[in-house]
Amino acid sequence: MNAKYRRLFITIIIILTLGLATKLILMALEDNIVYFYTPNDLIEKFGDTKNIQNKIRIGGLVLESSIKKEGEKTIFMITDRKKEVKVVFKGPLPDLFREGQGIVAEGMFQNNNFIASEVLAKHDENYMPPEVADALKKNNVWKGASD
Amino acid sequence: MFDWLANPNRFNRITEKIQPCILFITIITLISGLYFGLFDSPKDYQQGDAVRIMYVHVPSAWLASFLYFSLAISCVFYLVWKHPLADLVSSSIAPIGALFSVLTLVTGSLWGKPMWGTWWVWDARLTSMLVLFFFYLGYILLSNAFERKIDGSKTASVLAIVGLINLPIVKFSVDWWHTLHQPASIIKIGGPSIDDKMLLPLILMIFALSFFSLYMIILNVKTKLIEKKCEALLLKSNLEEISKTG
Repeated sequence: MNAKYRRLFITIIIILTLGLATKLILMALEDNIVYFYTPNDLIEKFGDTKNIQNKIRIGGLVLESSIKKEGEKTIFMITDRKKEVKVVFKGPLPDLFREGQGIVAEGMFQNNNFIASEVLAKHDENYMPPEVADALKKNNVWKGASD
Repeated sequence: MFDWLANPNRFNRITEKIQPCILFITIITLISGLYFGLFDSPKDYQQGDAVRIMYVHVPSAWLASFLYFSLAISCVFYLVWKHPLADLVSSSIAPIGALFSVLTLVTGSLWGKPMWGTWWVWDARLTSMLVLFFFYLGYILLSNAFERKIDGSKTASVLAIVGLINLPIVKFSVDWWHTLHQPASIIKIGGPSIDDKMLLPLILMIFALSFFSLYMIILNVKTKLIEKKCEALLLKSNLEEISKTG
């Protein structure tokens, strides 16, 4: 084997080895890489919300007609259409916050209530002009958030 | 075949002819892309005018990734076949790729504040994009960090190839893990989930920035070739000087 092909061979081996090593590291660190858990993930992983002591993030949709204002506090439910979590939040909400909107809340559990310190809107991958969105709603094929 | 491509004179001759065409395509697509993007495309139903940031953000992100891939492949050619032109190409790509990764991070941040409610989060997509920028920086710094240019080129090329591992992470992070960043809209199963009127400026801008990069890379390589020639001439004249006096 001449020097050129030996170098090529070594390069390919290095890339494959590093790739495998990276994959293993990423698998081991999966819990740290996921940015949020859905309510269903939480139950599957921790069983009960009482077992969660640390700060975590929950992501999902704002459940329809679950938003309540109590003074400065906003109380609402996050759902992944399987399980729900009750969230209490004091502070400014993002502009996109409304029923059916995907959001991520960061905070801690206190007696089954999730006390959020920050609420972020999660934008989906659909881009369309308002007229198209209206038409979809009119024809009942709308899948996104309600206004 | 690589010897054929890596001949500097032939490179100069070929690029001399295609450079004006590339510049022409860049200008046409950039002007039409910006016109459609900024004036003649609809607002988004929920983002409003902020959707226009996408026409710079998405092409920049694609190019930052694609240019990194080209950089790393060129580094493989340099390490395996030892073509000096391959090293010139890699070091010509690096600053442009770094520019696009900064542009991606900055425009993304500007969009994130009004839409998500935050400038920055440490989710997988944003973090891996930042890592990509650091690989560009590392490549540039390392290739200039050695007394002998060739040592720098070799070490930096190894780093660039290692960084290749990060590319699939950047691309697929939004599918593999829950991230705040939205998943892909254009290349996805079931066709793009983006309105045609918005897709047009986006594609025009992707062409514009691609041809702009190509033009800049050719320009960089040519400059570096001239630099090398100057160095060689200088060395030659110095040697002659020495042989005369000695």
